[in-house]
Amino acid sequence: MESVISLEGVTAELGGHPVLRGIDLVVRAGEVVALLGANGSGKSTTVRAAVGRVPITAGRLELFGTPLSRFRDWRRVGYVPQRSTAAGGVPATVREVVAAGRLARRGLLPLRRGDHEAVHRALETVGLADRAREPVATLSGGQHQRVLIARALTNDPDLLIMDEPLAGVDLASQDVLAETVRTLVGRGAAVLLVLHELGPMEPLIDRAVILSGGRVERIVEHGDHLPDTHACHPEDAPEPSAEPRLHSGIL
Amino acid sequence: MSFALPSLSGSPVGAALPPVDGQALALEFLNYAFMQRALIAALVIGVTAPVVGIYLVQRRQALMGDGIGHVALTGVALGFLFNTSPVWMAVLVSAIGAVGMELLRLSGKARGDIALAMLFYGGMAGGVMIINLAPGGSTAGLTSYLWGSVTTVSASDITAIVILAAFVLLVGLGLRRQLFSVCQDEEFARVTGLPVRALNLLLAVTAAATVTVAMRVVGLLLVSALMVIPVVAAQQATRSYAGTLAAACGFGVLVSVSGTVASYYADVPPGATIVLIALGLFALAAALTRPIARRRARRAELPVPPPGTPVGERATVPAPADPDRSSVPSR
Repeated sequence: MESVISLEGVTAELGGHPVLRGIDLVVRAGEVVALLGANGSGKSTTVRAAVGRVPITAGRLELFGTPLSRFRDWRRVGYVPQRSTAAGGVPATVREVVAAGRLARRGLLPLRRGDHEAVHRALETVGLADRAREPVATLSGGQHQRVLIARALTNDPDLLIMDEPLAGVDLASQDVLAETVRTLVGRGAAVLLVLHELGPMEPLIDRAVILSGGRVERIVEHGDHLPDTHACHPEDAPEPSAEPRLHSGIL
Repeated sequence: MSFALPSLSGSPVGAALPPVDGQALALEFLNYAFMQRALIAALVIGVTAPVVGIYLVQRRQALMGDGIGHVALTGVALGFLFNTSPVWMAVLVSAIGAVGMELLRLSGKARGDIALAMLFYGGMAGGVMIINLAPGGSTAGLTSYLWGSVTTVSASDITAIVILAAFVLLVGLGLRRQLFSVCQDEEFARVTGLPVRALNLLLAVTAAATVTVAMRVVGLLLVSALMVIPVVAAQQATRSYAGTLAAACGFGVLVSVSGTVASYYADVPPGATIVLIALGLFALAAALTRPIARRRARRAELPVPPPGTPVGERATVPAPADPDRSSVPSR
């Protein structure tokens, strides 16, 4: 199967501190992979490196088989960044925020009718079509998260990357989210999630990759015991002595 | 009929105020060529300044216009020194300053406010120094640029203002989705493949053009007010970005034209008049929309507001209306 994301020995640093110390990770089409780990273990940095937001210092990073530095086909990637708490100063409606996703297709050109239809479909997917004209500032945390997911869905992405999509999200929105992921995977997309807890996502997840101190600590395949609540490792804990236990053919 | 040049003292040059009579009042000022030019300039600036201001306000860089204004002063002084057009020289120098400021911000090497502060001081000191080196130049020559002097706008100034404003409107309206995306969520914009860096620099140059367009009317020291206040006033009442943009342009035209006309009759400096009218408009908008905002916040507490819900009905399921509150993980 086509590997959608592949990282091999990726290292990265933030402000001179090594944050990733050699990450191997593969996500193939139709797979849902969760990145788990304590705060500071490198989960967010891994996905931010995967979309080119954190420069890597060594290793190989490919999206859809193309090295990241040459990758231009951003319309195939839906990205849901960690929800920022800073509300923008100027009011904007749900529809205006979601429409920004279509710029991956339009570039510097104005949006057309087809773009607005895609925005509407994405809002229907996350169950917010009736709130399209409302300002995002009046939404709850869960609804706001759904707006950001709709924005990533506007281009029918082949890869969806979500950074902490469940943080601060009510249960109803968590279910909408799980359903959205199920639909996407059903038509062959790949999904990479950073999670703190598995929650309603658990039955969907094919593989959980547990990071610790910027390395892959272990990989749990679906069917094995998925860690429900991941214990917090203090970052100064001794390095796990074992290499990742599970060496499947892909690593 | 004489018209006092705007000055700090605002002293009339021995002129009686024109008779306050409805018909005469409406038409009289249009008979003067300087007033016609002043009104064209005010109209163009009123619609242009908020178009750029909205992006700066969204990015929490409301003071960027002030920083650029100070740098433009050095440009004006260089114009006098080299005996070229102060307006075009100001465009050039403030564009370089704005791009430099943006590059510094993007590099993450200096905090935004410190970069801005350096620009403030350097621009101001450079302007005063250079104007005194210019043959026959003195600090007094800068006064009309510092405080605005809409009544001395020349025909060539109008040409420059219209050309620059056309550029600003083309960028600010034509690329509004792209600039909105970059200013609203820069990280996401980069992952959509937009040329974020180029758009940021383009916005900086556009802001510099706006500052120089507006300096003849409100003056470099008040220029930012016309970019910021109409936007902040508009967003008291609006729900959408497009609506805010439209309302801000309307407010901008309203305050700049009414301020110019008022300064003609009341014999007060136009720049200060425009800014004070804008502040009054903001206060009015805030006072009038407060009850509406409160009602809306109550309605937003309902999980799914069914159509025709009586306004002000008590919410049964309180959900956080403030997105900040819900950023804490639920478990």
